Amino acid sequence: MMLLLSIVFFGLVNLAPGGPLAGYGRARRIPAAEIARLKSQLGLDKPVAVQYVVWLVGNDWMQVDTDSNGVADDRGTRRGILRGDFGYSFRNRKPVLEEIWARLPNTMLLTGVTLFVALALAIPIGVVSALRQYSKFDITVTTFAFAGQALPDFWLGLILIIVFYVWLRNPITGGPLLPSGGIYTIGAPFSISDRLAHLAMPVAAGALGWLAWYSRFLRSSMLDVIHQDYLRTARAKGLPERLVLFRHAMRNALIPLVTILGLDLPYLVSGAVFIEMIFAWPGMGLLYYQAALQRDYPVLMALLVLGAGFIIVSNLLADIVYAVLDPRIHYT
Amino acid sequence: MSSDVPAGWATTVSPAIHEPSGVAQLVWVRFQRHPGARAGVVVFLILVIAVLLAPLSPYDPEISSLEQQLESPSWSHPMGTDALGRDLLTRILYGGRISLMVGVLVVGITLTIGVTVGALAGYWGGLVDSVLMRITDAALALPSLLVLVLLGAILRDIDLPLLKQNSVVTIALVIGILSWMTFARLVRASILTLRELDFVTAARAVGASPERIVLRHILPNAVGPITVEATLELGYAIIEESGLSFLGFGIQPPTPSWGNLLSNAQENFLRYPWLAIFPGVMIFLTIISVNYIGDGLRDSFDPYRVLKQAGEL
Repeated sequence: MMLLLSIVFFGLVNLAPGGPLAGYGRARRIPAAEIARLKSQLGLDKPVAVQYVVWLVGNDWMQVDTDSNGVADDRGTRRGILRGDFGYSFRNRKPVLEEIWARLPNTMLLTGVTLFVALALAIPIGVVSALRQYSKFDITVTTFAFAGQALPDFWLGLILIIVFYVWLRNPITGGPLLPSGGIYTIGAPFSISDRLAHLAMPVAAGALGWLAWYSRFLRSSMLDVIHQDYLRTARAKGLPERLVLFRHAMRNALIPLVTILGLDLPYLVSGAVFIEMIFAWPGMGLLYYQAALQRDYPVLMALLVLGAGFIIVSNLLADIVYAVLDPRIHYT
Repeated sequence: MSSDVPAGWATTVSPAIHEPSGVAQLVWVRFQRHPGARAGVVVFLILVIAVLLAPLSPYDPEISSLEQQLESPSWSHPMGTDALGRDLLTRILYGGRISLMVGVLVVGITLTIGVTVGALAGYWGGLVDSVLMRITDAALALPSLLVLVLLGAILRDIDLPLLKQNSVVTIALVIGILSWMTFARLVRASILTLRELDFVTAARAVGASPERIVLRHILPNAVGPITVEATLELGYAIIEESGLSFLGFGIQPPTPSWGNLLSNAQENFLRYPWLAIFPGVMIFLTIISVNYIGDGLRDSFDPYRVLKQAGEL
């Protein structure tokens, strides 16, 4: 499957008009000879199939023409993505993996906190609104959840900036209440409060939609569970209500949540493209956005492949966890 | 069953069983009773009419007017003007045409691909099924937003006759190609359940062709979930278009779309917040009304779901 996808990605990029060097030509005026030299240096003068093989498994096992004189003279240096070599960024000539590695923790921090906030609020909200179905609380929450799902996160981000950066002022310093972007104040010493202030808006913008979705999801899966016979049995044998709800009902209601979480995780991460762009958060989403702007194909390809891999792994993980949590499921 | 059963249900259900048009009527009756769906339809219709009436605006959506840059909302410009002095309301209405058009096209494209793939896989089974489902799985493993951005970035500079620089059709195709999989799975699943039922066997016994069985006997029975999914898809498509245009890889200015209006607003929105507020409100209203309509349809096609949620079943 990954192999199929890698061919699709590679084909897409190479069928693009002007090929991978289109970005170069646009950025600066480069003489044709220079382009030809660059092409041969990057191996772009070879047939697409050869390029694909080189990209996949490298060229250090075959003779290549390293000084562009038409004669193969040495072994190549590329090791291919299967051995962890994603090549060099067109933009700054750094290894792609190094670029990604530098930004991975930032994205993990942002999406981790976002998911944590969304779930920490959604679970109690969903459970309570299921238990008090059609109460005022339930109706309010359900309406808000519906609205929350219809709010595009990129717009919410802009609105938050208007409110918390432009309109509201910090009562002590008179400056903006919350910073509009970045991870920390440049030049300031490390402080938790500074980090949290920078996290507040991106997390709020990113979490609202997920909060809405998970609270709705949990409400309906809780509703499914509380009308089951085994809850009546648990009550009938005299278990205290607290135990019935937490031990018997909630545990079962959370199982489908785990599955859906595995399916959602990739969207959560790729949704970071918007949030990171609006809040200048130097993570993988912003890297992808900049790479797309500049047609930095090695970076784009690497992130696409990693993204597809991530989807497959998290779906698989969701299946496994589901089977572990729910003894009724058997794989034969 | 007790008082939660919608009034009129028990009385209409018996004639409906015999007559297919009765089922449609029944769904319609239930749909009308759904408060969210009603509000959704009203809001959505107002939006559509407003967007259709866009040419009545005294302003041009694309011609700039340098004397009227960045004006605050006023009587003559209810939503203010943008950095090039264009009336924002006019641009939002024209942008709405583009955004809704992309949405409708995407629904058409995803339905066509999805239903075809799902019907082929479900009815013929065997090798056809495994090949088509492998392709569907692969498409589902695509990081869709990233691929969307990549395609948008590549096609932005391309100038083919049909795929002219991210036109409405291009963007709709790109979004559609990445989101037909739900329909394919849905249709396949319903065919797998339905084709074993007696009425299909009966149809086969009297010599109906496979095409006829699928089109006349199976698909009509799957129309409920497909309609619901299509409604929701309209919402997703509009969000995806605006997201893509917001990043700059969708509909290209000066043609307005709700997404690129927001994107353009980014330069000036700190001082002129209305530039960012109004286009987003339009997206929000559209999506929420479409979602309520979808929700209403779902409940109307499947009344047992409502009862189950109410704890009656």
